[in-house]
Amino acid sequence: MKHRYLPMTEQDEAEMLRTIGAESVEELFRDIPRSVRYEGNLPMSGALDEAALLKHMRRLAGRNADFDEYACFLGAGIYDHHIPVVANHIVSRSEFYTAYTPYQPEISQGELQAIFEFQSYVCELTGMKVANASMYDGATALAEAAALAAGATRRRRIVVSRAVHPEARQVLRVTARGLGLEIVEVGCAPDGTTDLAGLEAAITGDTAAVLVQTPNFFGCLEDVRAIEPLIHARKGLLVLSVNPLSLGLLESPGALGADIAVGDAQPLGIPASFGGPTCGFFAVTEPLMRRMPGRIVGQTVDSEGRRGFVLTLQAREQHIRREKATSNICSNQALLALCASVYLSVMGKEGIRETALLNVRKSHYASSLAAAGGKLSLPFSAPFFNEFVVKLPEGADIGAVNGKLLKAGFIGGCDLGAAYPELKGHLLIAVTERRTRDEIESFFREMEAVL
Amino acid sequence: MSEIREGLAYSREHEWAEKRGERIVRVGITDYAQSLLGDIVFVELPEPGTQVSAGDSVGSIESVKTVSELYSPVGGTVTAVNESLVDSPELVNGEPYDSGWMIEVELGGDAEEAFKGLLTAEGYREHLA
Amino acid sequence: MKPDKALIFELSRPGRAAYSLPECDVPELCADSVIPAGLLRAKPAELPEVYEVDVIRHYTELSRRNFGVDNGFYPLGSCTMKYNPKLNEDVARFPGFAKLHPYQPESSVQGALELLHTLQSDLAALTGMDGVTLQPAAGAHGEWTGLMLIRAYHESRGERRTKVIVPDSSHGTNPASAAVAGFETVTLKSDERGMVDLEALKAAVGDDTAALMLTNPSTLGLFEERIVEIADIVHEAGGLLYYDGANSNAIMGIARPGDMGFDVVHLNLHKTMSTPHGGGGPGAGPVGVKSKLLPFLPVPTVGRRADGAYFWDGDRPQSIGRVKAYCGNFGILVRAYAYIRTYGPEGLRRVSECAVLNANYMMRRLAPYYDVAFPGVCKHEFVLSGKRLKAFGVRTLDVAKRLLDFGYHPPTIYFPLNVEESMMIEPTETESKETLDAFIDAMIRIAEEAETDPQLVLNAPYTTVVKRLDEATAARKPVLNCSCG
Repeated sequence: MKHRYLPMTEQDEAEMLRTIGAESVEELFRDIPRSVRYEGNLPMSGALDEAALLKHMRRLAGRNADFDEYACFLGAGIYDHHIPVVANHIVSRSEFYTAYTPYQPEISQGELQAIFEFQSYVCELTGMKVANASMYDGATALAEAAALAAGATRRRRIVVSRAVHPEARQVLRVTARGLGLEIVEVGCAPDGTTDLAGLEAAITGDTAAVLVQTPNFFGCLEDVRAIEPLIHARKGLLVLSVNPLSLGLLESPGALGADIAVGDAQPLGIPASFGGPTCGFFAVTEPLMRRMPGRIVGQTVDSEGRRGFVLTLQAREQHIRREKATSNICSNQALLALCASVYLSVMGKEGIRETALLNVRKSHYASSLAAAGGKLSLPFSAPFFNEFVVKLPEGADIGAVNGKLLKAGFIGGCDLGAAYPELKGHLLIAVTERRTRDEIESFFREMEAVL
Repeated sequence: MSEIREGLAYSREHEWAEKRGERIVRVGITDYAQSLLGDIVFVELPEPGTQVSAGDSVGSIESVKTVSELYSPVGGTVTAVNESLVDSPELVNGEPYDSGWMIEVELGGDAEEAFKGLLTAEGYREHLA
Repeated sequence: MKPDKALIFELSRPGRAAYSLPECDVPELCADSVIPAGLLRAKPAELPEVYEVDVIRHYTELSRRNFGVDNGFYPLGSCTMKYNPKLNEDVARFPGFAKLHPYQPESSVQGALELLHTLQSDLAALTGMDGVTLQPAAGAHGEWTGLMLIRAYHESRGERRTKVIVPDSSHGTNPASAAVAGFETVTLKSDERGMVDLEALKAAVGDDTAALMLTNPSTLGLFEERIVEIADIVHEAGGLLYYDGANSNAIMGIARPGDMGFDVVHLNLHKTMSTPHGGGGPGAGPVGVKSKLLPFLPVPTVGRRADGAYFWDGDRPQSIGRVKAYCGNFGILVRAYAYIRTYGPEGLRRVSECAVLNANYMMRRLAPYYDVAFPGVCKHEFVLSGKRLKAFGVRTLDVAKRLLDFGYHPPTIYFPLNVEESMMIEPTETESKETLDAFIDAMIRIAEEAETDPQLVLNAPYTTVVKRLDEATAARKPVLNCSCG
């Protein structure tokens, strides 16, 4: 058969078989027992030519409501931010995206330097001493942080706020089960932040770490300055999960006393892409450097004294440690780390601050509209960044509300009742710099109208 | 050929043990072990005061590409660790029997008993052959 | 001497900007009027200030200092560095895929859900499994997910099985995944042909065996001919069989793990299904299971209602939970689906035939110059030993570095661990005979150079932007960021 990705001609095949000393290609599979051979064609989707495939994919894509056509007010960990045009151009360079892990540093200096710069960016934003080359996503990064904390403190108990993203807590639970860690959840205070008294009571002498997210899942900023002494007094570690874009404005985890800072880099120029792939980041204080999971790039010199970069501290890595591993990650999200780096290069010192400020201004304008309309109320009083919770009138059907909003061109907020039964009838609404005043006003007008 | 120093006791896991005084034993890894590991980049040693049994893992030795456990060839209490390895792990490559030593252990039991299971230089040479 | 490439931070000039933000069209409140001063940043993040041309030139220059499949032959064994089709890149960027939120109403993402649903069933058919989760983000992540499924299965039967058996030729991720899933690892020695030693396996299994993890074809590129007996031994002991799909490129449409007796399988879509490696990620590592493990799959999967509508199916009370946020690496899944549809089942079978033909051809032609670790037919890859060059003071590492001067990415080296001075070569199906011949000629020339002028090989590479780098100093005195702040 002829196929545009396959160069094998009949003549090639004949010559190669002759060299091998085989009669047929079939002979090369003689080591596979007949009893396990598959005969016939697999019941899978069939082949399409290039034009037909493009048409098919366009049809599938066309059955989805995307951010170009709809104004998105959904957040909850994945956000519709502006992606600078240059980002896609750079990550589309095939020298980057068709390469694998930089095992051969002499021909991988581009990727290695890009990761070194990413690590530098993460350290700069988070105020932490060292960062790795990235993790699968923010949720798995948080779970790995718990594992690191347990290993470093030789303790088994992990205390996590219920205001941490529900899916991150679900991933944490599976991870903890594997590693034999105990997870203790702490509830929220009426203002939408973690209940400090409950937190203090949950921290024991066997607590490896407290895991807190800020802005938390409800958009509220946690009072980290009050949380930090609670865990450090018991010699446990403080793990903060943060929105990297918020760090243009908000105090860095390092300055707040975090031992480990993690998060998802999606807000930094990475397409929402139905939730993935994104890129987790992971940064620690210096004493934890050699316990950090994943890949790390370091600076060194070549035999002629030129600056160069290599994968380093590799002996920590799971594939070297085999059964002694404490993590099994052996890749990173290099291309998306590159994307985040490009975003931060475009934004620079001023742009990141201005973008963060725009998010604050637009979301606060939106919350003021929500409060003023009459039908919605704002249940939480804690300060927030670009997301806030609204309470719908008693008996409102959130599914129906979001359905009507969709018809009007809006992707509505996140229904909190699914993950928090006590917050039935509450919506989490995100307002990024992409939302115009007009969209914000129309959105709340529409919402008031359908309620 | 790697050096096997006379007068030391050896474990099959390539550690050496040297009696220093009545109850103190100094421990390191052999020249053969360091050459196998290659450039050593980091050594993790136990806290002084740690109780160890013979054969216990008491630390780890990282080279550029691999990591290896350090087993204590004798049992007792760790009384000292070689602090200079924190900044200069390469001493283990350069002088494995001298400045590259790792820990000192105060024997918990009878000295003769403690060394019974270990090899002589001759025995270790045969073990490598 | 070529100058160092500047870091982006070193290009910064105060006052330059590459961003373009909308005017603020809402009230311009001050941050400290709504956020307590103690939570606001005391000191700005010192990001570089550059303009757009700096950004483009900087990263373009970095890309020129990198080597991907589009630059040339990349026979990195075990990694399946095949061509990454451009169509897949284009379709993944369609706004209808790239600009979607995972929490949108199901009715607004029917196309995305249809794609996922079809991919689930296509991958189940390809592997001979009864159900698939698309959640895991990478191969190692899939391994761990699969082992957690196995753990849940045994626990649901009231059995406490604590041991996972892995062959000594296995990739290091296998024992690492077992460890983080809470299992002890038992390492199984291979026989002299690199195969699972059945007697050793019989001795190793018992009522504490949770699973045997196997890559088939193995990391040596060899098919475990006695796979059915292996499966019987493990199953009789009450254990399950885990298939590491790293080497699936050899057997698509030819043999299925499900028919060999495997109970759980992961696939590396970034290997077999051509999705780009991205410089180390993102990938995707879907996991397929036999029906008895279906109740434990991560939630949600995608289901289809009687009326044809697709939905998130989270109704699985015995599920292990969730292994990744949202629905997996969707952008990668879109590419994999497009790949399947460029070939269809007949085409995928041909892919594997060509991959195996290419590997056997290379192995045969290189056999006179390097030692073939395990003679016979190989599958999609094979292992050579560079041990005979040691007589000239040349190691496999040196051969790899010299290959750089010929414009090739070297094979995987020093893996598998049970072959001395190993080189693992995987040509893939997308390389032409001319490409294979030219690479083979370079390998032969290097073997000759090693004999006649070893210094030439020992000092390689000569043509790269940097020469061999000091990895020992990098690890002893780590410099892990530029500390510009």
